[in-house]
Amino acid sequence: MLRLERRPTPSRLWTAATPVLAVIATMIAGGLLFALLGKPPVEAIRTIFWDPLFGQYASYSRPQLLVKAGPLILIAIGLSLGFRAQVWNIGAEGQYIMGALFGAAVGLAAYPADSVLLLPAMAVAGACGGFLWAMIPAILKTRFNTNEILVSLMLVYVAQHMMSAASFGLLRNPEGMGFPGSRNFQQYPAAFNGELIPGTGMHWGVVAAFCAVIGAYVLLSRHILGFQIRVAGEAPRAARFAGVSPALLTSVCLGISGALAGLAGLFEVTGPAGQITTDFASGYGFTAIIVAFLGRLNPFGILLAGLLMALTYIGGELAQLMLNLPAAAIQAFQGMLLFFLLAFDVLANFRLRLAKGARA
Amino acid sequence: MTGVEQLGDRPELLAVEGLTKAYPGVVANSDVSFTVAEGEIHALLGENGAGKSTLVKTIYGLVRPDSGQMRMSGAPFAPAEPRAARAAGVAMVFQHFSLFEALTVAENVALGMERPPPQRALSARIRDVSEAYGLPLDPARLVGDLSAGERQRVEIIRCLLQEPRLLIMDEPTSVLTPQEVGILFATLRKLSAEGTAILYISHKLEEIRALCDSATILRRGKVVATCTPREKTARDLAELMVGETLTPPARPAPAEWEGPPALEVSGLTVASPMPFGTSLKGIGFTVKRGEVLGIAGVAGNGQDELLLALSGELRSAPEMVRAAGHPVGQEGPNERRRRGFVSAPEERLGHAAAPAMSLVENALLSGAIRRGLVRRGFVDWRRTRAFAAEVVQDYDVRTPGTHVAARALSGGNLQKFVIGRELSQQPAVIVVNQPTWGVDAAAAAAIRQVLLDRAAEGAAVVVISQDLDELLEIADRFAALNEGRLSAPRPVQGLTVEEIGLMMGGAHGMHAAAGDAGEHLHAQA
Repeated sequence: MLRLERRPTPSRLWTAATPVLAVIATMIAGGLLFALLGKPPVEAIRTIFWDPLFGQYASYSRPQLLVKAGPLILIAIGLSLGFRAQVWNIGAEGQYIMGALFGAAVGLAAYPADSVLLLPAMAVAGACGGFLWAMIPAILKTRFNTNEILVSLMLVYVAQHMMSAASFGLLRNPEGMGFPGSRNFQQYPAAFNGELIPGTGMHWGVVAAFCAVIGAYVLLSRHILGFQIRVAGEAPRAARFAGVSPALLTSVCLGISGALAGLAGLFEVTGPAGQITTDFASGYGFTAIIVAFLGRLNPFGILLAGLLMALTYIGGELAQLMLNLPAAAIQAFQGMLLFFLLAFDVLANFRLRLAKGARA
Repeated sequence: MTGVEQLGDRPELLAVEGLTKAYPGVVANSDVSFTVAEGEIHALLGENGAGKSTLVKTIYGLVRPDSGQMRMSGAPFAPAEPRAARAAGVAMVFQHFSLFEALTVAENVALGMERPPPQRALSARIRDVSEAYGLPLDPARLVGDLSAGERQRVEIIRCLLQEPRLLIMDEPTSVLTPQEVGILFATLRKLSAEGTAILYISHKLEEIRALCDSATILRRGKVVATCTPREKTARDLAELMVGETLTPPARPAPAEWEGPPALEVSGLTVASPMPFGTSLKGIGFTVKRGEVLGIAGVAGNGQDELLLALSGELRSAPEMVRAAGHPVGQEGPNERRRRGFVSAPEERLGHAAAPAMSLVENALLSGAIRRGLVRRGFVDWRRTRAFAAEVVQDYDVRTPGTHVAARALSGGNLQKFVIGRELSQQPAVIVVNQPTWGVDAAAAAAIRQVLLDRAAEGAAVVVISQDLDELLEIADRFAALNEGRLSAPRPVQGLTVEEIGLMMGGAHGMHAAAGDAGEHLHAQA
């Protein structure tokens, strides 16, 4: 019989090795899944992991990697801070939408302004939008002890309705022949978040994501706030002993993750998406939860996880196109990744032992 | 071994021969042998970690030995699980109760039985047995409403209903007042007179001298002596148990300090933040610089809450707590640390220290303010590492290094680290709860000595402890917590054990089974 034995200290080797193992296990299980669907497994895996970077259409798909990874990383970094402190913000998607709405509204209100300060002002507004949206679960939790998981999740659906209301009403393009959707930022240079280096997909949102990775690393390893976040997640009573106010920390964590999600939304709407439309929300806020855990809540881990996740997105689309794989199979494949990661995670804190039937 | 001689004319009940049990990294029991006769009260004496618990868990079927054997009344006895042990007539009262607070006494008792009789018949039996042994208990009451002493009675009666031949009691007096201890001893003597053998586990020497017919002394998993405790002095027993000569802490000559009292508490009334906690009600005391106030009390009478209220984790009205004259009741832990408060909660893992974090990170946990480990919000890890290393060095914390997780340390070593971390911060006010709990005798003596040293340097010290001997040894004045209220502090000099017992709340409506229960139990060694 196999038995799990708690390690006195979490194993560094396994902490680093489990994501790799999880990816390998996902490839094997995913290959089986594709084989059962009657598709060539090796080719499917190659289409997902290899072709987007080095295949036939790589020149088109490669820039997409950063475009997709940018918002995932930016949101996941914010979420990871909260998750470390056991503050469960599940509603980053809503904060992402609100950031896009707030930021776009500022830009559209100033139309047709031509100032280099416009995009920064919109970024600030976007961050504020996400921050304020995240403050709703924060205040409800600290004041009335509501569950932030439920409140933040419900607010996603509220935000989605506000998004479609805005694209039909308040922010609708006056020159858009009555079609829903705002003006397109691509035709609004001062507010457009375009590609910084042609052919790379690099835009300001990606720059912000890289800055967030470095900022989060410094915060967690050097700053007392990062230490308090870690203690609060690790041992809440010890955190109170260390003088951490649980209410304040909850608000700070939700606020940071909300602001970063809002920023991601703003950079998306002004860049790759181009306009506020009814189908602007694309699930980045939810996928970022997977990215945060796939990256083991570690900033650099999240950077890699975001790139990997973006790869499976692009590769998944490619596989749908080339091999006729159903979209649900791709989603199942991404779900497997999280499943295996959490399953292998046990090995970092426990070691497997062959038990002889005796109990301690 | 002299076991056979001690049996006298009573037949052997339990014989343990060559029992060995090893865990990774530690041998809990090594070739342990002893015998218990029918009706004998037999003490298992040893320090924390000496292997007492492993030994009785083996007898109760919770642990399988690596080698060795046991006999019950001459028949081989190797219980695979507690049910088998119970069937053979072994019952055990654990140190930590396993009771459901939301159920009644009778329901709790029924849950522990293989085939419980109907509730009404069971209630009647509980009443009969509890009256017969002087442990009155209302079967219809909710366990959540009972005191610790009463909960222990539920556990004992649950065992007695099985009519055991051997009753194992693991540190039963740690939750009792001296009066309640007297009544418990009367009950145990009555059981013994009726032929029930009792295996009594403790490290309290005077209790063992007062109660037990014979004693097996364990040290580091080995039997080091078997003796008749009445024929030995407490000091002899302590030295057998510890294996070295103990020196009582030295008390430097008291100095007179100027200024207002370092700590003044008046009318401190706060609700407990914990479910089933005890709220503090009108607590008042003052501690001058250089003074040690000892606060006794049975567990769960507000000790945790008092520590929280003094450390700042639980806030009160400003005037309820004053430090050197300033009202600080509304201040949080870090603001109080700036004023010189340090505190060490009872629960080490999870409260005083974060289990999965390294000793360095745990040094930062409470040392950040007074040791200047944070500059402009950024942690100075070099200084923090140095601080952690200093604590490890000065307080003899046995660890491979400061990088290991707190949970990897043994309880005693972690306690030394926690106490050392707090006392290395030039404190003005020290509040500790159970400072030597689970620490070996030599280290406990060292911790008490440092507490006295800090007092001599001008700190005001509040020691909350359930160990009366410890309090009487180091405190200048003494008070007791009972249901969230604090008795008026009195000088330790001239205090009798009876007075202490009354301060702790007396005997909660118990009466002795037979004989004199009021005998002196805690003669000071």
